[in-house]
Amino acid sequence: MEQPNLSYIHSMSGGDIAFEEKLIAIIKAEFPDEKQVYYKNIAAKNYPLTAENVHKLKHKISILGLEKSYEIAVAFENNLLEGSTELQDDFESILITITNYLQQL
Amino acid sequence: MNCIIIDDEATARAIIAQLCSNVNSLNVLEEFPNAIQAIKYLNQNDIDLIFLDIHMPDFTGFDFIETLKNPPKIILTTSDSKFAIQAFEYDCIVDYLVKPITPERFQKAIKKAEVKSMPVAASTASEKVETTSGNDLYVNIDRRLIKIDIPSIYLVEAKGDYIHVKTENQNYTVHSTLKKIEEKLPNDLFLKVHRSFIINVNKIIDIEDNSVLIKKDVIPVSRSNRPELMKRLNLL
Repeated sequence: MEQPNLSYIHSMSGGDIAFEEKLIAIIKAEFPDEKQVYYKNIAAKNYPLTAENVHKLKHKISILGLEKSYEIAVAFENNLLEGSTELQDDFESILITITNYLQQL
Repeated sequence: MNCIIIDDEATARAIIAQLCSNVNSLNVLEEFPNAIQAIKYLNQNDIDLIFLDIHMPDFTGFDFIETLKNPPKIILTTSDSKFAIQAFEYDCIVDYLVKPITPERFQKAIKKAEVKSMPVAASTASEKVETTSGNDLYVNIDRRLIKIDIPSIYLVEAKGDYIHVKTENQNYTVHSTLKKIEEKLPNDLFLKVHRSFIINVNKIIDIEDNSVLIKKDVIPVSRSNRPELMKRLNLL
């Protein structure tokens, strides 16, 4: 499975280390909350709301350079909007990967 | 350009703010996590540009635009490209950035926003003739000076409290008087042929009785101004 990286963050920071640290701190603060809301809504089978959560999470997936995972998130969001949970396991694997990665930063 | 950022995601707001900080012409005044707060702010503040997320809970970016009577320029930011067609139904939207936004693509959007200011200027009436510099005439538009190439002006027409400045490429409506702009234009190139018209003598196509044809405009020449016009012509 592909691994998260900071390539995008480096590319747009222009070498501004303070900004990189600030952005990573924001992601580390925001991601767990978004993930928690996602798990709550999918457990409640509220798929339109879950799709909103996936939509928001997929930006962080792309920021962390997970291109293939991003495609999975896009497909999963569309599935949810059609009332299907296909790709749920794949998507949640991505969330675990990101969680582990953020803990190391 | 004074701008604000509206996005429910803190990460996105931080990225856009950082990209803005690398552009001298941009001044981020505020960031909002939802559109409702931004509407209150816009009621009390003048903003040139909004970075607006489409996908927000309760009140989407499009809902937000619909509430604005005179929306400023807007650059949409979104993780979806599927709204692109809908986006360009709004005149105020100058570009559509798909996240994650790259610095290169961001720069391109800002250039579009700056260029978009020019046609907007043609229809606004908040402009003033400010100054000239060589071959240029500057008009004040939304606290920015927009340059007009003087030789490209072929006609200036007075209309009440405003003047219409017609150039080869674009027309401007300026809150000013014919007298003020006459002082800014070179005498050897421009001539007041009527109390409501100044023409660029070099752009005359033909003269018939008491009128001149410039481009497709037929301009009256008053009896008192006709001798000066005839003096300027290189007659056989």
